[in-house]
Amino acid sequence: MLQDGICDTTDIINNLSTKKTISNESSLENNDKALQIDISDALSEKDKVKFTVHTKTTLPDFQKSEFLVVRQHEEFVWLHDRFEENEEYAGYIIPPCPPRPDFDASREKLLKLGEGEGSMTREEFMKMKQELEAEYLATFKKTVAMHEMFLTRLAHHPVFRNDHNLRVFLEYDQDLCVRGKNKMEMFGGLMKSFSKTKDEYYLSATVKDVNDFFDQEMTFLTQYHHNLKEATSRADRQTAKHREVADSYIKISSNLLQLATTDTGKLEKMLTKIAETFEKLRKLEARVASDEDLKLSDTLRYYKRDTSAGKRLLIRRLKALHTYETANRALEKARVKNKDVHAALEVAEAEQAQTEACSKFEQMSEKGKEELTNFKTRRVAAFKKNLIELTEFEIKHAKGHAEILNKCLAALQNE
Amino acid sequence: MADNNEFPPLSNDGTKNDIDDDNVFASAIQEHNAQENTSSYNGESTIYAELPKLSLRDTVSNNSISIHSNPADLSDLVIPILDPMNIDIDDLHDVPISDNLISNNIKAEIVDEVSNEYPDIFIEIIVASPQKVGDGIGAYVAYKVETKTNIQIYKRSCFGVNRRFSDFLGLHDKLTEKYLRNGRIIPPAPEKSVIGTTKIKMSGEKCQEQNYGSSEFLERRRAALERFLNRLAAHNIFRLDPDFKEFLEADIELPKATNTCALSGAAMMRLFNKVGETVNKITYKMDENDTWFEEMVNHIDSLDIQLRSLHESVETLTNQRKELAICTGSTARSIAVLGHGEPGASLGRALAQLAETLEKIEIVRKAQGNSDLYQFGEIIRDYVALIGAIKDVFHERVKVFQNWQHAQIMLNKKREQKARIEQSSRSEKTSQVATEVIEWEAKVDRGQEEFNNISKMIRIEVERFEIIRIQDFKKQLIQYLQMMLQHQYQLIKHWESFLSEAKTIA
Repeated sequence: MLQDGICDTTDIINNLSTKKTISNESSLENNDKALQIDISDALSEKDKVKFTVHTKTTLPDFQKSEFLVVRQHEEFVWLHDRFEENEEYAGYIIPPCPPRPDFDASREKLLKLGEGEGSMTREEFMKMKQELEAEYLATFKKTVAMHEMFLTRLAHHPVFRNDHNLRVFLEYDQDLCVRGKNKMEMFGGLMKSFSKTKDEYYLSATVKDVNDFFDQEMTFLTQYHHNLKEATSRADRQTAKHREVADSYIKISSNLLQLATTDTGKLEKMLTKIAETFEKLRKLEARVASDEDLKLSDTLRYYKRDTSAGKRLLIRRLKALHTYETANRALEKARVKNKDVHAALEVAEAEQAQTEACSKFEQMSEKGKEELTNFKTRRVAAFKKNLIELTEFEIKHAKGHAEILNKCLAALQNE
Repeated sequence: MADNNEFPPLSNDGTKNDIDDDNVFASAIQEHNAQENTSSYNGESTIYAELPKLSLRDTVSNNSISIHSNPADLSDLVIPILDPMNIDIDDLHDVPISDNLISNNIKAEIVDEVSNEYPDIFIEIIVASPQKVGDGIGAYVAYKVETKTNIQIYKRSCFGVNRRFSDFLGLHDKLTEKYLRNGRIIPPAPEKSVIGTTKIKMSGEKCQEQNYGSSEFLERRRAALERFLNRLAAHNIFRLDPDFKEFLEADIELPKATNTCALSGAAMMRLFNKVGETVNKITYKMDENDTWFEEMVNHIDSLDIQLRSLHESVETLTNQRKELAICTGSTARSIAVLGHGEPGASLGRALAQLAETLEKIEIVRKAQGNSDLYQFGEIIRDYVALIGAIKDVFHERVKVFQNWQHAQIMLNKKREQKARIEQSSRSEKTSQVATEVIEWEAKVDRGQEEFNNISKMIRIEVERFEIIRIQDFKKQLIQYLQMMLQHQYQLIKHWESFLSEAKTIA
């Protein structure tokens, strides 16, 4: 049963792809169209999702102007890590890596539904299944959208879009041979992230930032990230509850129908009508839930990731600052030590190291400032767009509700 | 019969209880007797040959007391007293359980009872402002019962009294004792809730957190009590009943109804009775000759099942809607925090507005939950309880049938005995047996009469119930849908006012 649920959704995904390209193009309008990337198709297999990445470009570095490759989530992660590791990009906010496709929640629910099959009527079961499949589809769409978003941001970035690895990712039509992390590496990753947070604390405790702008940004991003995290989890819980409310309409609707079969007298027609209404309302209520999820929770979630990417930039900068200060001290020491020696080699070396660290830090600060300012504009624009869309959906659905109820009431009162 | 005289279960409760009020033990003992009395009667009527005697005379004599004060009862009661004279004893075996005459007339009578309920009569009861009285274990909640009416037997047209929950239960018990045997459906009183009551008793005035749960409990109960009284008032017999009148009108504290207490000895006895009755219900299968009853029993059973499961689903919806409201509230708060920390002025303002909008939506969702509960769930629950009351009268009819059948068997035995004695020509015993035969013939007669009466009354009552149920369902469901519609309009309003704010983000 699990299998056929997934197969169903795969079919729908195929139909879906056309729609997405359109929406993507509209978002591209204000950018140059030198590199356009979208995920034209996606296929969900047992425990992995295969994304078909479609690229259209006028950039001279690419061999062709249009090509298709199939990529998996792990390859996206690989690409992200390459950007993260690249020293040259230390001054940029690296677009956050898309989240791993996670259908566990849906699968678990589907499994639970299978177990509870005996306790409900066939129709109720079918409806619950439909509902779950819709939810699954929504999760799937979201995953695809997140991956696409990642690539789009890279493509729009004046520096990132010329990256060699990105080009390989987009162009190389074979498997990139990135395997998933094995246990040892996972452990290593864990250690790394642990030492990263340790670094964070160490740096924030030892290195005093001289620049107010960055200092404030650090405080702000930390707090903001925390707020977003909180808001995201709350909004998620709200959506989940909303779905449950919609699900409980199913039971009411089917109970009313059963009651109508018992109550063959004057109430039959009315109860059937109300049951139908509840069924319609359920679909709408589920739409409200998924639109809230898409427009509110996901916006919050994305910016939660983006703020943490911004924070990482700040930490990289602090590290650079730390290197710069160390270089300064080393130079100082070398000068004291070689006071009497004319043009000592040690001093020259230290001087060079200091100049390098300085210029790197300066460069980073400059880029970083620009990036963070951009980040703010981007965030505000995204919030605006999504909040307006959310509100419009809410109004549309509430109006839909009202219309259904009005029709039902009119029908009942005419009897 | 001596037993019966000693304990008249229905008459002048008021005066009797006034005396008993001072003496808790005396009343408890009497209750005990009463319970024993009925239990043996209910359970094993085949063993105690005399017990059926109690039945008819009992009700007749007791009700005849109320006839003086209540002319409306006359129509019910005159028939059982007078009719036995007209029926020939020998015809007993041929009498069908439901006679055509009755079924033909029933429709007209119901129309009389339901639609023609004296259109100019008006009675409306409001139960208001539950107030906690006292503290600790002795604390109770008093409800203000306000009545507006134009019925002549009430002294004024507008009046109010204070009643506590056990008074309502007491009223229900009194009415049950009086009318159940006639086949009347007595609208059930709300259930006792030990947990809810204890919470109220324990909750101090200070802790508001706890009071939230109990205030919801109180409101739920208040609404249920109000519906209970109005159901009684809608019935043209109950609304004229002296006990009902006293309950609404008498501005004195009603004698405390001891047997309504959840943990009293009387309650224990009642529990035993119930067990006995359930066993009886399961073991005794009456062959039904009346197709109407056969169909109706099935109909009521399936209604019962459907309504119960519907109630369960509505309950789930209510809970989930309330939780959703809470979730919305916490989302609103975290969005507010987010907006507060937002450096972009317009976005910050918009987020604050969004938080406000979500708070308003939280209120709407709470209201939706309340409407799910009060306009949908509680109605269904009432009907589940009412169907329980119908099952009770059906069961009462089965009991009456059992009595009649038992009397019939006894009569046959006595007749055989008489025949044997006549053959052996022992003249000294003949006269005694002959009187016994006559006595049993009368009992059979009464049994049948009683059975016919209860069957007829149940038909009238159930048909009335169905008509009212259909009207009530229609009205309530339409109201519920209208309320849902209102909530959607509110949502539209809230979101629309936010939309303009969202558009100003720059």
